[in-house]
Formats: sequence, structure tokens, C-alpha cells
Amino acid sequence: MARMKFLCDAERCIECNACVTACKNENEVPWGVNRRRVVTINDGVPGEKSISVACMHCTDAPCAAVCPVDCFYTTDDGIVLHDKDLCIGCGYCFYACPFGAPQYPQQEAFGVRGKMDKCTFCAGGPTANNSNDEYAKYGANRVAEGKLPACAEMCSTKALLAGDGDMVADIFRERTLRRSGRPQTWGWEQAYGAGV
Amino acid sequence: MKKQGDAKARAKRVHVKIMLWSILLIAVGAMVAPLSGYLFVELASAQGSSFEEVNPRSETTWRSVREGVSGITTVQSPEAGVLIHNGGENWRQIRNGLVANVMPWVLAAAVIAITLAYLIGGRNRLDHRPTGQVVLRWKLWERVLHWTTATLFIVLSITGLSLLFGRAVLIPILGPAGFAAYAEVAMMSHNYSGPFFAACVAAMALAWVWHNVPNKTDWEWFKAGGGIFGGKHPSAGRMNGGEKVWFWFVVLVGGIVCITGVVLNFPIWGQTREIMQQASLVHAVAAILWIGLFLGHAYIGTAGTEGAIDGMATGYVSVEWAKQHHDLWYEDVKDQAIDASEAGVKSGVAVSQRDKPA
Repeated sequence: MARMKFLCDAERCIECNACVTACKNENEVPWGVNRRRVVTINDGVPGEKSISVACMHCTDAPCAAVCPVDCFYTTDDGIVLHDKDLCIGCGYCFYACPFGAPQYPQQEAFGVRGKMDKCTFCAGGPTANNSNDEYAKYGANRVAEGKLPACAEMCSTKALLAGDGDMVADIFRERTLRRSGRPQTWGWEQAYGAGV
Repeated sequence: MKKQGDAKARAKRVHVKIMLWSILLIAVGAMVAPLSGYLFVELASAQGSSFEEVNPRSETTWRSVREGVSGITTVQSPEAGVLIHNGGENWRQIRNGLVANVMPWVLAAAVIAITLAYLIGGRNRLDHRPTGQVVLRWKLWERVLHWTTATLFIVLSITGLSLLFGRAVLIPILGPAGFAAYAEVAMMSHNYSGPFFAACVAAMALAWVWHNVPNKTDWEWFKAGGGIFGGKHPSAGRMNGGEKVWFWFVVLVGGIVCITGVVLNFPIWGQTREIMQQASLVHAVAAILWIGLFLGHAYIGTAGTEGAIDGMATGYVSVEWAKQHHDLWYEDVKDQAIDASEAGVKSGVAVSQRDKPA
């Protein structure tokens, strides 16, 4: 069984934000919600690095652990999804998440946030696969169609890799050997534990 | 022939000389040349860009990322530039571990303490039957303030505890969908009534602070254990030592609960996640301590002390109750004592009839 993971190759990411656009387009994400974002460290100075980050679909997901209504679940592919019918918009998953993945359509007085929205690895939600209901709430379900997330498929430099963790790691290892650099599996230790 | 030999020997000496000087030059050069690196570094730093700056080690970058440094991003939301925020995992461990596992025992301890007080100490009864004379203890606005705060407190307690412990306790009973529907209502009630409750607490603090300044009488009251463990009932003014402790607990610990609650309730002032995490932990711990002490307050004010509820229910207490529990205050107000029928209450009389032996 595959264990889906994201990996962003910082040596390749050129901060074009195509993944962000692809995600918004594919999933019809509401205004103000960004399931994916590109962050540049040391912007404008030598050695700057860009990273595309979204939900990393953690092995022991902190969001799921703190959710008061227990609306998170992990699929057989290791994708962390949530049920918007149960979500009460309390904001706890946003406090717990290391990657700042959970997003809210609102952020207003008296803690009004609306239902949480986050990257689904383009795997929809708990409703019937590729139903209108699923699309409205969670966006596209490309995984059910045998496709990978739109962000990674769209990446022009193939910096953003998505798919089975072992295959992603093999591709990245090959690249690292060829360019004789140091490997940097950004965020993996945080998301998938020290052993990866 | 000899001349030729001299010339040959001279040429040989020149060769040796050149050779020795060359070796010396190489030896000195070999020692000095590496030192020119210092000169290079001095020059480079004088130009304002060090080797480290031109060729940064990527490990430094990734270390700073793991430590939560903020980068540049086009996404406009708070802390969007932070790639890894480590505080969340700490918050999770403390909330799900320490708070969720230890704090229920605080509530259990409060319930056990009250049960023991009732079983061992028994109800604090009036020494003398009420004669029907009553005296005003709480004015109407004080009672309205008290009961408004109390109602909001109970709503906030139940909804707050539901959000912290509901996943463990209520989901097995109500099911995921049932609990989620309740939790949404609970969260909204909690969030909307919270600020009004905080205003009530502030109003109570202002209204009653002058009656709750600690004095020497309170010290004597505490030394006598508040009269719980038998013996003569210690002297007290309008507020006894125990009531003052409750007042200051409400003002200080309750104030912390209210302030952290407002911080959590209005995520529009640019609070960082770290502030929200800390606020939520402090809020939960302080609020549960408050609920624990509240249980004691509710017991003493109702079942624990005969006649005490009349004061907050009708405003009037029987003269006998005032004399027994707040003798110094009674001395001040005894000339204001009126007949129960005149005050339109049945408190003093009702209690005496209810407790009359059959």
C-alpha cells in the first residue's frame, strides 16, 4: 500500500507559484483560503531557498489529535482528510499544525471562522467520490481517478514531488547523487517522524 | 691549465650559492605564502561580503527553518511566512496530556471534598428558629448581577468542559454527528456569552470590592476554621473570610480566565499562534480550578448552610441567620430589621416551618 507524501526540492523550486494557482484552480478554493503557499527564505540574498508547502499529511497528525469533534481521519494511502460536516471551526487544528496548513474562510470576532479547509492531496473527502457534494466541500478527487495532486503535476521544474513516499525518495536520491549536493528532505522529519 | 681550474671552481661556488638561496627562498615562501590568506580575508571583509555570505551553508538555512524563522510569501495571512511552527506540538502534548488527564482529578477532588464535608460536618444549621424578623442582605441589583453571572458561568462551564472532554466522554454517547451538532452550538454559546460574562465579573469586582478588603477579623475567622469543625462560630462582618477568598479568587483567577478568553475569542487583533496556545492552556487550567471552587461555593450557599440561599434568592435573611453567621454586620444593620410579611418574603418563617419536627 502506498504511503503518500509531498517533497519539495529546494534546489529546484523557482518560486513561480504555479502550484498555488494549480491548487486554487483545481479545487475551486474559496477567496482568502490558500491550501498551498510558496515561502522564500533569505529572499534576495545569495543562497535564497524557496519551498512550496501545504498539508504534509503527517503520520501522527497533531491536528487530528487536538480536534474536539474528532473529524480527521487518515486514508489507506496515508492521506489526512477531514469531515466538514463535523468540523465546528474552533481553530485548534491551526494552533497545533507545524506547517500552518489549516485555513478558514473567515476569521472574525467571537471566534467565527467557518469550516476549516486544507489540502486534501487532491483526494476529496468522506463523501462519495467525485460527487458534486464532494467537489463543493473539498474540491477535486484526482486520487480516485488515479492521478496525483494538481500542484505537483503542474510543477514546471519538477521541484514539488507527490506520490508514494518510497518512489518520491528514490527520485530525490537519484537527483542528489547526480548533482552531488546534500539531500534536504524538507519537513519530512516533522511530518513523518525521525526514521524517514 | 691552473687558470682554467680556478674558473671552474668559481662557477661551481656560484651554482651552490644560487642553489642555497633558492632553497631558502622556497622555504621562506612556503611559510609566508599561506599567511597571505589572512590578507585576502582582511580585504574581503573590508569589501563587506564574507565568504560565508557569498556561499552560505544550506544547513544553516534549514536549521533556521526548523527553528521557525519567517520567510517571504505572497500569501496574506498571519504567520504565513513560517514554514515550521514547533509550538503546536508542545501545545498538543500539554493540552491532551497534562490538562486533559490531570484537571478532571481537580473536579473529582472538589466533589469528594464536598461529599466528605456533608457526611462528616453535616449541614450548618441555624442555632435558633427564625422568628420572622428579616434584614436586607442583597439589594435587587446585586441579586440580578449575581444570578446573571451565575447563569452565564454554568452555561460557560458546561460548554467549555464539553469542548475539552466531549471527544472522550460524549462522542461514545452521542455519536460523531450528534456530538458535532451539539459542539457547534456549545462553541457558539461559549463564544457569544463569554464577553458578557467577563463584563459581569468586572462589574461584581467593582461592586463588592469594598466589602471584601481583608482585615484582622478574617484572620481570626480562618484560625477558627470558619466554624466548620464545631465550636463557636467566629465573628464576621458582612463578608466572612471564606467569602472574601471566593471574591478574590473570582477577581484574580477569574480575571485571568476572562482575559485569556477574550484573547481566544477575538482572533482579529493579530495574535500569534503561540499566544493563542498559551492563552488556551491558561484558560482551561484556571477555568477548571474556578469550577472546582464554584462547586464548593454552590454547596455552601445552598445545601451546606441553612438559610443562606434566602439572602441571594429574596434579598432578605432571617435575623437569626445574620446573628449566627455575620454577627458584626448584624450589629450594624439590626435597627433595619423588619417583619418578614412587611418585606413580602417568607424566608425566615418558611425555613422554620420546613424544619419543624413532625
